[in-house]
Amino acid sequence: MSAPADLNIDRVAKLARIALTPEEKATFSQQLGQVLHHIEQLSKLDVSGVEPSAHAFAVHNVWQNDVARPGLPVDQALRNAPAQRDNMIAVPKVVE
Amino acid sequence: MSSELIFQPITALAAKLAAKQISAVELTEAVIARRRAVDGRVRAFTAFNDADARAQAAASDSRRAAGQSLGLLDGIPVGLKDVIAVKDQPLTASSKMLANFVSPYDATATVRLKAAGAVLYGRLNCDEFAMGSSTENSAFHPTANPWDLTRVPGGSSGGSAAALAAGELIATLGSDTGGSIRQPAALCGVVGLKPTYGLISRYGLVAYASSLDQMGPLTRTVEDAGIVLGAIAGHDERDSTSYPAEIPNYQAELAKRRGPWKLGIPKEYFGEGLDPEIGAAMERAIAFYTQQGCEIREVSLPHTQYCLDTYYIIATAEASSNLARFDGIRYGHRSKQAKDVVDIYFQSRAEGFGAEVKRRIILGTYVLSSGYYDAYYVRAQKVRTLIRQDFLNAYQDVDALITPTSPIPAFKLGEKSDPLAMYLCDIYTIGVNLAGLPAISVPCGFTSSNLPIGLQLIGQPFQEANLLAIAATYERAHDWGARHPQL
Repeated sequence: MSAPADLNIDRVAKLARIALTPEEKATFSQQLGQVLHHIEQLSKLDVSGVEPSAHAFAVHNVWQNDVARPGLPVDQALRNAPAQRDNMIAVPKVVE
Repeated sequence: MSSELIFQPITALAAKLAAKQISAVELTEAVIARRRAVDGRVRAFTAFNDADARAQAAASDSRRAAGQSLGLLDGIPVGLKDVIAVKDQPLTASSKMLANFVSPYDATATVRLKAAGAVLYGRLNCDEFAMGSSTENSAFHPTANPWDLTRVPGGSSGGSAAALAAGELIATLGSDTGGSIRQPAALCGVVGLKPTYGLISRYGLVAYASSLDQMGPLTRTVEDAGIVLGAIAGHDERDSTSYPAEIPNYQAELAKRRGPWKLGIPKEYFGEGLDPEIGAAMERAIAFYTQQGCEIREVSLPHTQYCLDTYYIIATAEASSNLARFDGIRYGHRSKQAKDVVDIYFQSRAEGFGAEVKRRIILGTYVLSSGYYDAYYVRAQKVRTLIRQDFLNAYQDVDALITPTSPIPAFKLGEKSDPLAMYLCDIYTIGVNLAGLPAISVPCGFTSSNLPIGLQLIGQPFQEANLLAIAATYERAHDWGARHPQL
């Protein structure tokens, strides 16, 4: 397991798509360093031959009947959009 | 009259409604009056609509007058944690990100509460996106513990627990990813039930960590918890992890099942860090079950020391994935500072999320990132297998486990500024979520400073009827629930 010092806050914040202030970077690095130091103890445990659990109960493919059902009406689907125009969500221009 | 009504359980109020001694409108008025009188100090609500509640109550009274009552919950005011969707009501997750969001649809639990006639009143404060153990992470305001307004109600369902303890609602729903129903229930002196994973549909619940999240009731009595559970549990095709379990009449089952049971004491849950007064209350509770003829056995859950770390890897990994949807494009907060489309993501998330949510997204992103995925995430999933196996091994010998719910009673607002110290509040509750088990917190006394103490009972998967019966056996012989905070 890698050392806590490996947490490159700039790289991870970019992956997470969050702009952090210099103060947040300093604070989070220090706090998450502590948490990762605590987490280090997991590396001492022998997990060879143990199956990983994604859920507490085995989940198998769950199928639904392929039947059309009404979805949200357009006005409902758009009621929380930060910007909209002509029944569409509006964003700044992507292509010049 | 109204001060008497607000502290009564569903069972008593349903009887009064059925006998037409009170009306649903009167009961709702009592709840509204109580909120007006005390919520300025408790601050359990993030939003409420008195007129809407009155209309629901009037509809309930009309049904009853026409002989078409929908059952025990018809006319009972129930409040929902602000992570559970109610159509046309605000849904904020106590986050600036969703400050103006209005639900376009109902959660499945909401549909079922409406079908049972409950009067849905108020949105209840919580830690932002249900991440926290004190409700101090709410973007709007902290909630106070009704037993001592300088202390936290616990979290993340702190508003759900505090509103109930303060008499502002008759029952509430919370959600529990690592203890977020049980710990605030313990700190506020009410009953809190986290059902088996899959028993209640997660459709319409704001996702934090999908493999751990589960909704559940907070109530004045164990029987009430069974009534609310019975109303909202059951298979739902809109949640692919919903389990097609048979839902019994929990009220009838817990009256029928009188034990005695074999109960396990996990020795790892009684070690360092446990408040001595809570430890003493546990000893008295264990002695009570012994007197009832229950067989008490010490058991071991040897991987307990790894629960916290496993939880903070799995929960943050799932959170980083779930909260990626908040991009400022389709709904939620959109930054006005952004230079271009991609910058909308970075700036909207920077402005919309609070510190704890950012910390958890960063940690979750890190443990899932290339080069670290196997070392952290996959390893944690393997340890999760071992943790679950510990519980299943223990259940070879016992029906349920007895532990404290929280190692400490309600702490002071602002006392725990260090994230790791806050995470340690959950050491007795998170194993249950990792293993997907049902567990309940029941009031079991008060500290010398008059702060509530909670007893946690952990049951076998989908054996809620047994779990409720074991809890009710304790509750029937004690009257902790008769005490109410002075506000």
